[in-house]
Amino acid sequence: MASAAGHAPTAGEYIIHHLQHLQVGKGFWTFNLDSIFWSLAMGVLGCWFLYSVARRVTSGVPGRMQAAVEFLVEMVDTQAKGIVHNAHSRKLVAPLALTVFVWIFLMNAMDLLPVDLIPWITERMGIPYQRVVPTADLSVTMALSIGVLLLCIYYNLKIKGAGGWLHELLSAPFGAKWYLAPFNLGMQLIEFVAKTVSHGMRLFGNMYAGELIFMLIALMGGAFFTAVGLPLAIGHIIAGSAWAIFHILIITLQAFVFMMLTLVYVGQAHDAH
Amino acid sequence: MEVISFVALAAGLIIGLGAIGACIGIGIMGSKYLESAARQPELMGELQTKMFLLAGLIDAAFIIGTGIALWFATANPFLGQIANLPK
Repeated sequence: MASAAGHAPTAGEYIIHHLQHLQVGKGFWTFNLDSIFWSLAMGVLGCWFLYSVARRVTSGVPGRMQAAVEFLVEMVDTQAKGIVHNAHSRKLVAPLALTVFVWIFLMNAMDLLPVDLIPWITERMGIPYQRVVPTADLSVTMALSIGVLLLCIYYNLKIKGAGGWLHELLSAPFGAKWYLAPFNLGMQLIEFVAKTVSHGMRLFGNMYAGELIFMLIALMGGAFFTAVGLPLAIGHIIAGSAWAIFHILIITLQAFVFMMLTLVYVGQAHDAH
Repeated sequence: MEVISFVALAAGLIIGLGAIGACIGIGIMGSKYLESAARQPELMGELQTKMFLLAGLIDAAFIIGTGIALWFATANPFLGQIANLPK
């Protein structure tokens, strides 16, 4: 992790270096190659894992893997049944929720790898910047939440029809009076924007803060070759373990929250006011 | 120098005030959950799911604040702006 000036990096330089994406393009068309690569890799891993379990599924005594996946599928299915009361759309929405949960969980779980492990390896391969947690990238989380928004619009149009949805947009929170229509429409638009932004920002904020705290803890261990190095290194091990254990809760919880909110928003698109 | 000290104060306030709010929220919700679980133990599993969902929602604002505060504290973005100011 030598900086350009040749000296060992200061704390600020270390953090800034770690918060830099591997980017190509400029302006609006900037691609964060590391986020794209790791999110696709985690998607492929999740699909392969579920597929390999589903292929060896047995109706006899299930193995441990099968039991775990069955538990997961059943959990998502129960939640979907409780929130989306339309058996036909559940054929799409329940697998969607399972995908979202598994994918986001795996992407979040990249946080549990040592912060310097993969950047160190890629630096040896000549790649200067690498951020391995795709959900700590605002582009990825907002893309996910905008995907959910598009699905909500699709189901609004499909269930209520264009006329029905337009009527709801103009009459929903305050009542169907012609002079209230602009306020109703304004409220509805604000609601859609706020839902989408908070949906993506929540996941991003949690993962970004978690990643940053892992980096700060890594800085403690990085000060090993100084006068106060030994206590700091011991503190690194204790704080790192504690935060990693707590983070297992956070990554699962955030994946679960994202899945539940996806179901709730799609469920709202099915309810007529 | 002034900028550094103000940003340090701001980071402390962001984390501290956020923590107060999130802790009070989680505390109220946890006590209500225990109360309702004591009254109707058969609803415990169902309520637990909802409690964790809400815990994730309440926590989020605080953790986003913490992330921003730590970002300010370690890689202060305002210092760069000062360097670019016309003298």
